[in-house]
Amino acid sequence: MNRLTVSPSPHVHSGDSVKKNMYGVIIALLPALAASLYYFGLGAVIVTLTAVVSCVVFEWAIQKYLLKNESTILDGSAALTGLLLAFNMPSNLPIWIIIIGSLVAIGIGKMSFGGLGNNPFNPALVGRVFLLISFPVQMTLWPKPIESQMHYLDAETGATPLSVMKEGLANGETVSTLMSKIPSYTELFMGNMGGSAGEIAAIALLVGLIFMLIRKIITWHIPVAVIGSIAIFTGILNLVSPEQYAGPLFHLLTGGVMLGAIFMATDYVSSPMANKGMLIYGVGIGIITVVIRVFGAYPEGVSFAILIMNGFVPLIDKYVKPKRFGEVVKPAKA
Amino acid sequence: MLKTFSLGGVHPAENKFSAGQKIEILPVPEQVSVPIAQHIGAPSEPIVKKGDEVKVGQLIAKSTGFVSANIHSPVSGKVFKIDNVLDASGYKKQAIIIKTEGDEWDESIDRSEELVKEITASPEEIVKKVGEAGIVGLGGATFPAHVKLSVPPGKTCDVLILNGVECEPYLTADHQLMMEKGDEIMVGTQILMKALKVEKAIIGIENNKPDAIKHMTDLASNYAGITIQALKVQYPQGGEKQLIDACIGRQIPSGKLPIEVGAVVQNVGTTLAVYEAIQKNKPLFERVVTVTGKSVSKPSNFMARVGTPLNQLIDAAGGLPEDTGKVIGGGPMMGKALSSTDVPITKGSSGILIMPNEIAKRAKVEPCIRCSKCVTVCPMGLSPYLLSTVSDKGIWDRAEEEKIMDCIECGSCSFTCPASRPLLDYIRLGKGNVGRIMRSRTK
Ligand code: SF4
Ligand code: SF4
Repeated sequence: MNRLTVSPSPHVHSGDSVKKNMYGVIIALLPALAASLYYFGLGAVIVTLTAVVSCVVFEWAIQKYLLKNESTILDGSAALTGLLLAFNMPSNLPIWIIIIGSLVAIGIGKMSFGGLGNNPFNPALVGRVFLLISFPVQMTLWPKPIESQMHYLDAETGATPLSVMKEGLANGETVSTLMSKIPSYTELFMGNMGGSAGEIAAIALLVGLIFMLIRKIITWHIPVAVIGSIAIFTGILNLVSPEQYAGPLFHLLTGGVMLGAIFMATDYVSSPMANKGMLIYGVGIGIITVVIRVFGAYPEGVSFAILIMNGFVPLIDKYVKPKRFGEVVKPAKA
Repeated sequence: MLKTFSLGGVHPAENKFSAGQKIEILPVPEQVSVPIAQHIGAPSEPIVKKGDEVKVGQLIAKSTGFVSANIHSPVSGKVFKIDNVLDASGYKKQAIIIKTEGDEWDESIDRSEELVKEITASPEEIVKKVGEAGIVGLGGATFPAHVKLSVPPGKTCDVLILNGVECEPYLTADHQLMMEKGDEIMVGTQILMKALKVEKAIIGIENNKPDAIKHMTDLASNYAGITIQALKVQYPQGGEKQLIDACIGRQIPSGKLPIEVGAVVQNVGTTLAVYEAIQKNKPLFERVVTVTGKSVSKPSNFMARVGTPLNQLIDAAGGLPEDTGKVIGGGPMMGKALSSTDVPITKGSSGILIMPNEIAKRAKVEPCIRCSKCVTVCPMGLSPYLLSTVSDKGIWDRAEEEKIMDCIECGSCSFTCPASRPLLDYIRLGKGNVGRIMRSRTK
């Protein structure tokens, strides 16, 4: 008779895997990729390919030559970091800068902490913020959508709705005049505006969210907390002084809020474990984002907000525990 | 919306291949080996010796304490020897080996099929008789049934909950029992209600068994105080804590027993055994065992005598398939993998699951990606990723703080983990150590 395997229970597994989740997120990003290709054409192709390929190659090389451990590039996490990094860059960024960003994201953001599962910060955001600080000019030139379809480095650039708002308000203009200078809400929703390669089309990002919720890749807590807190916070400001502060819809549909709330803040490794913790983390990101956008020096603050809250995750996990069974004692009826 | 328990849970593939298979009475084996430790608590003490003649249903090993159980001979014949034999735990343990001669039952047992509805025994007599009959939890937990029926002073019980959930994939023994012995289970329920002095009993059944829900609901209309609660399919609904929460919305606090919230839970199979003990004077020496698996040619539900070799059941179900990689005593989520099929079935054997090689092996373990899925599915609201890490590192005080002892070992966390981490293996290790530390503290 054949030998029987003896191992402790459970004897069955869901069949879920790290790979399935990583590729699941990549699939969820495809609508946004399609939007990016549509609006930024050639530039989007080059930026995306460069970032994905260099992230995968750096991870492979670091594991092979420095760490000398088993390669994990097939799990899809390096490609995902590359894709997210690309989505957070303007589509006319020179290749050499993208390569530096990928090296920082993978080398410092991920592998220096011990690889997947150990990185306290979202690696793609580490790469992005490094570039923002090192190459502030190149990182804030925004190709115009559609017009720049056939262009890469030579794409004509323009302002983003966020920078129009920030500068206008600083010059004493009112929200209503400024709103007339930017695309309509419908166009913002469809992604017809300047911005990072993958952040513009809210509709595509939301389709990705629905996919991830159905496939149980993530839960609703973080996206809802980020989006909800931004809506409430900017809504209050707007109610207090409508000509001084833009409304919630403007804030939700511009910049990196959707990409950040749905794909960056939900990075497994750098977000909290308990549902309540996820809500606290999401609200923290929302509040910091609005504070930076409205009161800070930068027009956009999603990346910083996420990185700051990443730093609080160990603390949140330590003090915010999942709801335990039997915690609320329901006494027996007499 | 159908009711279910409030926290966590998973839905493994049900694979109930043997569903609807009539309970088949297995021929009496030529020899049985009856382990003296088949229940939770102290092992019983043999009262027969080599060469003794025994009858079916005769007491052969005596309970040695309050939490212990009597054992009765499943066959008639001669005690061949009392020896250490390999049992389902994987260790050699003491067992009484009897060579069968004929099938002569103790005269006091009523062998007729006739349903006896009238309950003449007093509550005290019922509890005593259940103890004498050696009845233990037949769902697999094997906790002596009379202990649960003895409500401690100062506590009150207002509802009896019967477990007809059978949430483990593959297993169908309880399902089939409800279909074939529904009336007996109803009377058994009334006996238990009488013993506990409660007016109300709820039988929880998952809605993947619509025939059982319908059948039992029809029957229940003839019996006062019994209702059927259909439940949404969700594992581990058969866990006592989860079942009480699902049926009546009460949550047992950490470290406490069901009686704390006024409930007592018994399995439907156990309830049938109670009926037989009280109304038919038949002690527990046989039970329904599901024999199943993907490659098993004839998945079946057998009525088998305790002590029957597993091999005999497997042969009756078409033999051990070529591709067998694992044989499990119980279900796939909480059952125990057996090192050999040459072991006897016991009172706790709800099923024998035979798994092909390709699903018997575990996937490669990867680092935790902090996806929090283990947290989401844990029915006790624990943090399995953390418990497994602190157990691995031996940080016992932290494990205790994080309520490792609340873990019901349902396996939902390991089942779910995308990184295939053996979370429950580590948690078990942690529970063992933390339990030891806690006990030494109270000494
Ligand atoms: S085995 Fe324990 S820790 Fe894991 S899900 Fe079940 S109760 Fe939670
Ligand atoms: S399910 Fe596995 S990978 Fe996910 S958090 Fe739990 S232990 Fe880590």
